[in-house]
Amino acid sequence: MDSYDTPELTRRQDASSRLKDFFIGATPLQKRLESVRKQTSFIATPPRRKIPQGSQLQEDVDPQKFAFLLHKQWTLYSLTPLYKFSYTNFKEYSKLLNAFIAAEKQKGLAVEVGDDFNIKVIFSTLMGVKGTQRDPEAFLVQILSKSQLPSEHKEEKVLWTGWFCCVFGDSLLETVSEDFTCLPLFLANGAETNTAIIGTWFQKTFDCYFRPLAVNAFNLSWMAAMWTACKMDHYMATTELLWSVPCSPHSLDISYAIHPEDAKALWDSVHKTPGEVTQEEVDLFMDCLYSHFHRHFKIHLSATRLVRVSTSVASAHTDGKIKILCPKYLIGVLAYLTELAVFQIE
Amino acid sequence: MRTCAVMSSQKKINSWARRRTSQGSSSYQTRLSAWRVKEDLSDSKSISKRGQNNTVEDYEGADDQAEDALQIALRYFEKGPIKTSQSKEKHLKTVENVAWKNGLAPEGIDILLSVALSGKFGSAVNTRIFKCIIPVTLISEDSVVKAVSWLCAGKCSGSTKVLFYRWLVAMFDFIDHKEQINLLYGFFFASLQDDELCPYVCHLLYLLTKKENVKPFRVRKLLDLQAKMGMQPHLQALLSLYKFFVPTLISVSLPMRKKIYFKNSENLWKTALLALRSRNQGFPSEPLKLMLANVHPIKRNWNSHSIIPVLNSCNYSKESRKKRMNLSDYFSSNGSFPLEQLKSFPQLLQNIHCLELPSQMGAVLNSSLLLHYINCVRDESVLLRLYHWLSQTLQEECIWYKVNNYDHGKEFANFLDTILRAECFLQEGFYSCEAFLYKSLPLWDGICCRSQFLQLVSWIPFSSFSEVKPLLFDHLSRLFFTSSIFFKCSVLQCLKELLQNWLLWLSVDIHVKSVRNSPLETTLGGSMNSVSELIHYVGWLSTTAVRLESNHTFLLHFILDFYEKVCDIYINYNLPLVVVFPPGVFYPALLSLDSSILNQLCYIMDRYHKNLTAAKKNEFVHKTKSEFSFSSKTYQEFNQYLTAMVGCLWTSRPFQKGLSIDPEILGNASVAEYKKSLNLVHHPAFLSYTVSFLLQECPEERKVNMSSIRGKKWNWYLDYLFSEGLHGLKHFIRSSIHRSSVP
Repeated sequence: MDSYDTPELTRRQDASSRLKDFFIGATPLQKRLESVRKQTSFIATPPRRKIPQGSQLQEDVDPQKFAFLLHKQWTLYSLTPLYKFSYTNFKEYSKLLNAFIAAEKQKGLAVEVGDDFNIKVIFSTLMGVKGTQRDPEAFLVQILSKSQLPSEHKEEKVLWTGWFCCVFGDSLLETVSEDFTCLPLFLANGAETNTAIIGTWFQKTFDCYFRPLAVNAFNLSWMAAMWTACKMDHYMATTELLWSVPCSPHSLDISYAIHPEDAKALWDSVHKTPGEVTQEEVDLFMDCLYSHFHRHFKIHLSATRLVRVSTSVASAHTDGKIKILCPKYLIGVLAYLTELAVFQIE
Repeated sequence: MRTCAVMSSQKKINSWARRRTSQGSSSYQTRLSAWRVKEDLSDSKSISKRGQNNTVEDYEGADDQAEDALQIALRYFEKGPIKTSQSKEKHLKTVENVAWKNGLAPEGIDILLSVALSGKFGSAVNTRIFKCIIPVTLISEDSVVKAVSWLCAGKCSGSTKVLFYRWLVAMFDFIDHKEQINLLYGFFFASLQDDELCPYVCHLLYLLTKKENVKPFRVRKLLDLQAKMGMQPHLQALLSLYKFFVPTLISVSLPMRKKIYFKNSENLWKTALLALRSRNQGFPSEPLKLMLANVHPIKRNWNSHSIIPVLNSCNYSKESRKKRMNLSDYFSSNGSFPLEQLKSFPQLLQNIHCLELPSQMGAVLNSSLLLHYINCVRDESVLLRLYHWLSQTLQEECIWYKVNNYDHGKEFANFLDTILRAECFLQEGFYSCEAFLYKSLPLWDGICCRSQFLQLVSWIPFSSFSEVKPLLFDHLSRLFFTSSIFFKCSVLQCLKELLQNWLLWLSVDIHVKSVRNSPLETTLGGSMNSVSELIHYVGWLSTTAVRLESNHTFLLHFILDFYEKVCDIYINYNLPLVVVFPPGVFYPALLSLDSSILNQLCYIMDRYHKNLTAAKKNEFVHKTKSEFSFSSKTYQEFNQYLTAMVGCLWTSRPFQKGLSIDPEILGNASVAEYKKSLNLVHHPAFLSYTVSFLLQECPEERKVNMSSIRGKKWNWYLDYLFSEGLHGLKHFIRSSIHRSSVP
């Protein structure tokens, strides 16, 4: 820290304009503070949400295009708005990130001088992964290993994938100026060291901040309810909930698997408002599961901690891991995750 | 009920007064002063200077001792083993502690290297010695050369040799010169023969090799070794380096496969090296960080080794500009001034129009020059970047968000200190800190980083109190009421600073407004309202706290400190606001057993008097400004207090209005003659003064007659009180009492 030699002398000349802004609430900064205040003073989660509807992708987008995003485990992060990010500079970003990764990997190790690093970085947009027209386009970063073998084997191996998206992120979009690109949700698949290097590059280049996005038990039960509520043509997996009992030396896990049709039937019996899920319904749904379990095993699940929810739509773990299974509800799942990410940023 | 209460407090006063007169006031005084010193240290404005000096001195004191012990330990090792293993262990510990905390001076390293390689001690000791050969900043080349000569003496075991090479590789960057070491290239090269040493020697040679070291016979030797031992990665590395320097000498094709060539020799010293590097880069050296780097490798991975990013000018924008640039871009970017060159304030002024901003805005916290820039920049995106970074970092680092993360405490406290220094420098709070307080205050235990956290509260930007109250102050009052008296005092102090900051803001604003005629005019009433709500809130806290802590003197001091600010708002800050304190503060202070409390109360009453008079006068002059005229209630309240005070202290007719006590009860309590008992002579707070005044007159007297102080003597007594430093009383009497009425 430099020495501050004139602490008393500096005073804001424009205190007045600041104050004026405060009363009008004009600047983006003020809007942000306002929204934080609102969030903190009322119950954090709105009492009702929409049940994800099928095929919310724009019509011209082929859901098969995003098949590679499904059935993979993604680690979730929240991300503050990117400063001076531009969709037209992808080529340069690839080059710079490539160089950065090479430099990071070689730190402290001997490398062959003058040799190209054997990876390839690709930036590309994920056209259509968004909720409204105002949401910025999602984009994808992939790290491929360049094959050393002769060119017959063109197959390049994907080492790491990460994507940035914003689905129905209106509340965040309102509070930033046009220099920023809001993609509050970041999902990564691949080695943690790679995520760290790439994250660091983004932080340095676009002055943003990554934070791991954990999903608490409260939000997991919302997921359980919302995803059970989704209409499915055929179920691919059983509905399974996992509770953890903290006890030493090893924690005890309780797995609770339900036939998805039974779960849906239970949901239909507690569900009243068409198209929406309310807090009461979520609580009631979980309470029914608890009491059923208690009747059979005499264990109060409500006293333990919900750590994982798997349904045919998606599965989520409390430490911020998600796997999306159903292409139809991709956007719906992302919308809720975006909401959680935005909440963490604010 | 009321009579009862008064009676009991009267009794209490008596007993306290007795104790006080018998003991004198020294014990209270010292305790009070001790507390004040403590408070001063946590004061926001002095923390940067005083706080640091203190710790530095402490360190130095401790360092001196450690230094002596280190010298003894080094001498012990130099002499060689003596058959008492106890002292060996002790000395080893000493060396390790110093080395891991601050590193060793070049002389110390010289000695330890010789000891470890001379074979005086067993290899277990040698290993421990090597692990702690960590320089303060640099290692002298001579020590290394000397160490190599010990290798030739053949007194040390193979494992020690391995350790030496690993050490040399790890510390290579910290050796001051390498010319002489390079002269030993041939010796090192010959050591390749040793299978055990080969990988480490290869690594050393890799670091050491210059173009002139690459000779045909060495290439041949390396190829021979490779033929003998197979494709070893370390040999390949050295070969590829040779090939890079002199491609013509090596015709064999080396595989292009990427691989980690060398075993990581640094591992043993990894944390020490981190600390060493940050020390050499000028970051404050912190023994604790050594440990932290060990405990949280993942987090370190992400965000390097300090929370606040290093100052770098935009690395990306430079690159991109080179490509697509029209003429105007060219001119504007050509003149841009890189941050790395920014060293002085004049430079900042000259280049303020073309300054390249840091790639990560958080870096400004570490640079006072850039804080100047932030101070006057109009670009909202700069502030937004800082906002995002700061609010996320605060939440990420906040220790009470995470379970079992209390080792982080020191680091988090340092981070908060840095933020506070910046806020103090800017004389303005950051919005992100406010948002952070909203989220974290409900979870705060009131202990963790208390001083820093409360200072953050005092820098909350001015805003509508009623809006902020449910988010912050309701949580704060819960903590306030359930915590110790010291916590209560700290909270009051922080609220005083908050009030002061808000007042400064508003007072500057009001001046600007009269010139600019800004639209704020209509809302000045609103902002005054907000300030008065804050004051009423503190009044409420104080009233309850005084009762909870049964009129504790410390507490009253802090409460009155707050009102010292409040009473002068009209005159000092030129803001149209006078709020009088609540009865729950006034009466306990008036009946306090401590003369300094009463003195402070007198001072505050005098200032209220002056402020209200000035306000009245102003009102009289500008009849137009009706919006801010004070209600007659304020004047009434003040007059009531004034009457009570004059009645008690001066005219000996206390509580003429609104208080009636059954004379029988007073008789039972043997205070039937109560009227005089609160005047300047008999007031328990002044008793000790009265006695010493009378004793001054006739020191031999065993019994003093207090009621003898009247008429002329009363005036002398007053002069005596003033000479004892009761200036508040002096001002109060001068302004509020017409001296004709001496009782």
